Amino acid sequence: MQDRIEKTIELKAPVDRVWRALTDHEEFGQWFRARLDGPFRVGEVSRGHITHPGYEHFRWQATVQAMEPERLFSFTWCPYSDNPDADYSREPTTLVEFRLEPIAGGTRLSICESGFSSLPDDPRRIEALRMNTEGWDAQAKYIAAHVEG
Amino acid sequence: MSRAESAADPAPVFAALGDATRLRLVTRLSDGEPRSITQLTGGLGLTRQGVTKHLRVLEEAGLVSSIRIGRESRFAFTPEPVARARSYLDTVSLQWDDALGRLQHFVEGEPDMEQARKPGRRTDMKQDTVTAAGAKRRARSPGAAVDRTARKRQRRG
Repeated sequence: MQDRIEKTIELKAPVDRVWRALTDHEEFGQWFRARLDGPFRVGEVSRGHITHPGYEHFRWQATVQAMEPERLFSFTWCPYSDNPDADYSREPTTLVEFRLEPIAGGTRLSICESGFSSLPDDPRRIEALRMNTEGWDAQAKYIAAHVEG
Repeated sequence: MSRAESAADPAPVFAALGDATRLRLVTRLSDGEPRSITQLTGGLGLTRQGVTKHLRVLEEAGLVSSIRIGRESRFAFTPEPVARARSYLDTVSLQWDDALGRLQHFVEGEPDMEQARKPGRRTDMKQDTVTAAGAKRRARSPGAAVDRTARKRQRRG
């Protein structure tokens, strides 16, 4: 079974615009729904918390791996950081890579999240990630309707 | 017997299947027929001990269960953990769809979904696209992009 999730989306916005939306920590926070404490810097830990309704108790914590302007932005993170007192910095993570490519009329953005096999075997956390599947489902359909409509 | 509790967690399932030999063992067992180690060893180019080791990993992940018949153990495929792991990936996948949908609205100049529902959005987007492509060729300076965004905000304001 594949250990990764890959997505590609074509955006009607130039590469520099998409790059800024990904790597400016405030812009990133707006669409990702997180409030980040400070700018992204390669090799440094980015901290904050999730602002997505219902997920506010989740922390945002990621380590920036690569920032190649307008080409590649990547970080490792713990997508299940729901305990505000725990130190997640040494926990296994998944790797998230955003790759940008200019195309006619905009940008092709590919995102790949990999490394699910290294996640810790704590069912409670996995369960946390899986909760409200129906809610995510509805949200995804809602957005798809707008994007395709 | 398979460990139902551990099977609820997808991580060991991904790990167990991330190996060519174990994947072949699972493929052999996927017809639901229980097989002995002897039957499973044929054609794999591995020793009996090697195959046993791989079967134990699969068993730990809840992917196979063993039944003892007389002196011989037979191994059978249990599909539930794969289904659960797939459902977990589906969830993460939907979360990314959701996030990328929001990113799309964000960079294509729609501050929120209320805005996206307004008629005439498609036309606006096409105009933006042409402008955007031109701007990209002309200049890469961040200033140009900011100006463009500011103009757009005014237009929509």
